[in-house]
Amino acid sequence: MTEAQPILEVKNLKQYFKVSRKFTVKAVDGISFKIMPGQTYGLVGESGSGKSTTGRSIIRLYKPTDGEVIFNGKNISGKMSKEELKLLRTKMQMIFQDPMACLNPRRKVMDIIAEGLDIHHEYSSQAEREQKVYDMLELVGLSKEHANRYPHQFSGGQRQRIGIARALVMRPELVIADEAISALDVSIQAQVVNLMKKIQKKTNTAYLFIAHDLSMVKYISDHIGVLHLGHLVETGTTDEIFNNPIHPYTKSLLSAIPEPNPRVEKYRKSASYDYKTSGIDYHKGTEHLVDGTHYVLATDEEFKEWTKK
Amino acid sequence: MTEMQALQEMKFQPKDFEFAHESQELEKDEVMPARSAWKDSVSLFARNKGAVIGIVCIALITIFAIVAPMLSDWKYDAIDTSLQNIAPGAQHWFGTDNYGRDLWVRLWQGTRISLFVAVAAIFIDVVIGVTYGMISGYFGGKVDSVMQRIQEVINSIPTLVILTILLMVMKSSLFTIILALSFTEWIGMSRITRAQVLKTKEEEFVLASRTLGAGSFFIIFKEILPNIYSQMIIMVMMSIPNAIFYEAYLSFVGLGLPIPEASLGTLINDGFNTLTIYPFQMIIPVVVFSILMLSFNLVGDGLRDALDPTMKEM
Repeated sequence: MTEAQPILEVKNLKQYFKVSRKFTVKAVDGISFKIMPGQTYGLVGESGSGKSTTGRSIIRLYKPTDGEVIFNGKNISGKMSKEELKLLRTKMQMIFQDPMACLNPRRKVMDIIAEGLDIHHEYSSQAEREQKVYDMLELVGLSKEHANRYPHQFSGGQRQRIGIARALVMRPELVIADEAISALDVSIQAQVVNLMKKIQKKTNTAYLFIAHDLSMVKYISDHIGVLHLGHLVETGTTDEIFNNPIHPYTKSLLSAIPEPNPRVEKYRKSASYDYKTSGIDYHKGTEHLVDGTHYVLATDEEFKEWTKK
Repeated sequence: MTEMQALQEMKFQPKDFEFAHESQELEKDEVMPARSAWKDSVSLFARNKGAVIGIVCIALITIFAIVAPMLSDWKYDAIDTSLQNIAPGAQHWFGTDNYGRDLWVRLWQGTRISLFVAVAAIFIDVVIGVTYGMISGYFGGKVDSVMQRIQEVINSIPTLVILTILLMVMKSSLFTIILALSFTEWIGMSRITRAQVLKTKEEEFVLASRTLGAGSFFIIFKEILPNIYSQMIIMVMMSIPNAIFYEAYLSFVGLGLPIPEASLGTLINDGFNTLTIYPFQMIIPVVVFSILMLSFNLVGDGLRDALDPTMKEM
């Protein structure tokens, strides 16, 4: 149907964690979505909804329980061949949540950024390695003098830039940003998000942007998926989700966004949503097409009721 | 109500806002000298006075331990009953003991053995302890369970029992002592290492390394090991005096060195018997022993600080 091949296609991904013999945590329970090259897919949801787990399953920090992850036309959810593993480890990268914890405090910035190059031997001389690192530092708005420092000598925003440089030095086609800006203060968030957008324009990298800050997701994403309790309750383009939310959980999330205008904010009412009392069972729901690429998880009756108004 | 409606209708135009920080790049700041991490550590170590004093003392004591017995006219095991318990003087610099053996030579001969035991202890700690703890902590799961149980079993057998059994098979010698040490000496070290590895391997920078495709070898040596140096160094430094005392204790119960041999531990023990009459026989080895211990600890502290990049600005 679509002309372009999606860079990433997730089909019915499940990630369970066996806590004990009787108890299994279903962190991600059958979600499906696609990411097109050069686009940003925002994954939102509350704490514990399985956002980070999804990202980590896709990049194979965990072994998915079930489902398929197709990256660049290759299935990477099962056992991988050497080439597939190398493709995954070079062309898919991750930016981490905590800029304080994601850089090894005992290594210099130069070595941190060049780590991927070192592992995959992607340079022929020391000068080339250095040049690649310097280029990356420049791309993320740091100077090459910073290469000889240790992470603790940088501020949070600068460290996150180093984290981004480490991911981008491999020239990835997909970057998973796992709450990449949540730990930064608001003024720095803008810095980093704008940097990420700028880089996307330059390199045509696709992003899977995991966040809980809806206004930031709206700003950066082309498509949005709303995740709740391991289920993707609604997905569509940013406009579709923000202008025509169908699922009560999405509505509740959107109503919680603060208004910048204080006089309007005063009258903003946030809709509350409680899964237990709402009578909705995610397991019974199936995907319903609203229009375009806008899907919602609902049973037939629920779907009729929600779209009535 | 009309006011409310007016407010609702008030909308922001795109030009009301401008991007924060878009034009302003991060300011460039002054250049830090580009030096290798190794050179950084050496210069940091050299600036630490205590550590330098410590390493000089260790070097001096080592040199004396090697050279002094060779250059002296006296033999460490030559018994001459006509020369019993002479006070320190021009002939015998540190005096003689109960059997008329020259204490200057015996002291350095003993230091030799004690240093050897210390080095062996470090070696056992690092090679067996660290490796064991690393594997156990890093791979976790069943490997960890099995390795921990084995370690508990080994740890639960009293060392003295192991040693007594060993001595039935082997002669009492330095080698036997080191063999005995290597049965249990590493356990503390492996525990500390395992705990540190368990903690460090969950850090985000290790995950980041994994998403870049790093193998276990790379992660262990490049990511985890540099972050647990300090705890390991402290542990090693603590185990050195332990090992030296342990050797002395073995000699005391008659399982250690064979009789004419000397170590700092046996010298202190022998001197202790005549402390009230000839105090010099004990005080001199105690002083050397203390200086040695102090130096090891100073060097250990210095090493720990030198390997920690967060100390570099100071």
